[in-house]
Amino acid sequence: MLSIAGLTKRYSGKHAAQSEPALSGVDLIVPKGQLMALIGPSGAGKSTLIRCVNRLVEPTMGRIVLDGQEVTGTGRTVLRHARRRMGMIFQEYALIERLTVMENVLSGRLGYVGFFASWSRRFPRADIAEAFRLLDRVGLKGMEDKRADELSGGQRQRVGICRALIQNPALLLVDEPTASLDPKTSRQIMRLLVELCAERDLAAIVNIHDVALAQMFVPRIVGLRAGRVVFDGPPDALTPETLTSIYGEEDWSATIRPVEDDADE
Amino acid sequence: MPSFPGDVWRRRTPAKSLAVWACWLAAVLLIVQCWTILNENTIWEFVYDAPAQAGDLLGRMFPPRWSVLPSLWQPIWDTINMATLGTLLGILIGVPVAFLAARNTTPSVAVARPLALMAIVSSRSINALIWALLLVTVLGPGVLAGIIAIGLRSIGFVGKLLYEAIEEVDAKQVEAIEATGASGAQRLIFAIVPQIMPAFAGIAVYRWDINIRESAVLGLVGAGGIGLQLNASVSRLAWPEVTVIFAAILVTVFASEWVSAQVRKRII
Repeated sequence: MLSIAGLTKRYSGKHAAQSEPALSGVDLIVPKGQLMALIGPSGAGKSTLIRCVNRLVEPTMGRIVLDGQEVTGTGRTVLRHARRRMGMIFQEYALIERLTVMENVLSGRLGYVGFFASWSRRFPRADIAEAFRLLDRVGLKGMEDKRADELSGGQRQRVGICRALIQNPALLLVDEPTASLDPKTSRQIMRLLVELCAERDLAAIVNIHDVALAQMFVPRIVGLRAGRVVFDGPPDALTPETLTSIYGEEDWSATIRPVEDDADE
Repeated sequence: MPSFPGDVWRRRTPAKSLAVWACWLAAVLLIVQCWTILNENTIWEFVYDAPAQAGDLLGRMFPPRWSVLPSLWQPIWDTINMATLGTLLGILIGVPVAFLAARNTTPSVAVARPLALMAIVSSRSINALIWALLLVTVLGPGVLAGIIAIGLRSIGFVGKLLYEAIEEVDAKQVEAIEATGASGAQRLIFAIVPQIMPAFAGIAVYRWDINIRESAVLGLVGAGGIGLQLNASVSRLAWPEVTVIFAAILVTVFASEWVSAQVRKRII
């Protein structure tokens, strides 16, 4: 279970004192195994929020606890151990382009192996077996020796998913997983994420711009506006009024999916 | 056609135009002034018979004395070794210096980075020939002085180009590795090294190529190699030998250019 309490982030800079903080007093609880979508306009603080959870961005204030382990206010070693329990998936995949698929997947184990083992790429046998299993699971069997830059967008994101899962995480932090993909691949990737989270009883925070896609796959939606939580509820509670409160005035009739559509998904 | 008499666009305001013309005028005056000084310091009698002198020299350089060629293989080999070992030395020291100098990998922006940048600048500001001149005085004449001179000059070159490459790596890939719980050293070898490998290979081969040419000259100040031979032949006024040495240097440089072009083609 992830709990976020009073999370505030103020970026330092020339006008930092006057400007609004990127996040102010965010409280969220994500229970074990829950998939949560985070929606909101650009600049609302979605990306900052998930980066604060694994402290790629250092929170200004607030407390983050994952499965009883403090993430905030700890030293480097404890932070590294906490990060191993959080897999991260990125918008533009963020694979190491010049390394092979296998090396990219195994890089998810870096928090568990020593320096020389990672230098010489001598990962434990169990890790390599798990990597093969994961590649097979996401549909990339036989691709392990291809270089990451030879793959298509959808394939790269699958490698990114394997890299996050091989960490054996309790939580996935997913930053715009489909923003660089076409609509069909986006749906496939979202479906894969949902299935994998269910298989492994994984909690996930998914930043997503595509409200319809979020409604289609995710049981809980949190709306962020100007660094504050303004909506938290199931997808069918999203009305034109709530979308207006998140994004501002717009004609939302085409965005909101009729509820009965999700029966076969 | 509708006309908008008020909407006249000019690239420069009149004041700026005037300033540009003033700059041109200043440049012309400077050239005239330089020419005058040059004129005063030249003994024109020597210049007038330069073509005759050059012709005379060429006449003495031909036919080349090819019989000296066998005795040149050793100095050429020394020259190539000097360049290669010097390049290795430069890489050995230049790579760590680059990581200390790059803003995204330096352990401390306040101390390590300025020191590394200073090392790079001081290495770059002194030509290998000057290094060799100093080192021959300290170490005595020979190939060792040449290797170290080439190495010292290469540190700055490798360091500067490599640290720029390190600063330009894709930060997202580094972030992704950091997010797995990797240590700082693991981040370096998994996220940064793969990204800079092509740049590194290009830099190393390019510097080696430059070093072949530089090490051919270093012998002039006593640092071994083919330059030493050249110096000896010029001092004895043995012009036919000088021709053969020139030809040997030319072939060596051509060969090194070819090798480095091949390597670069393979990597990039």
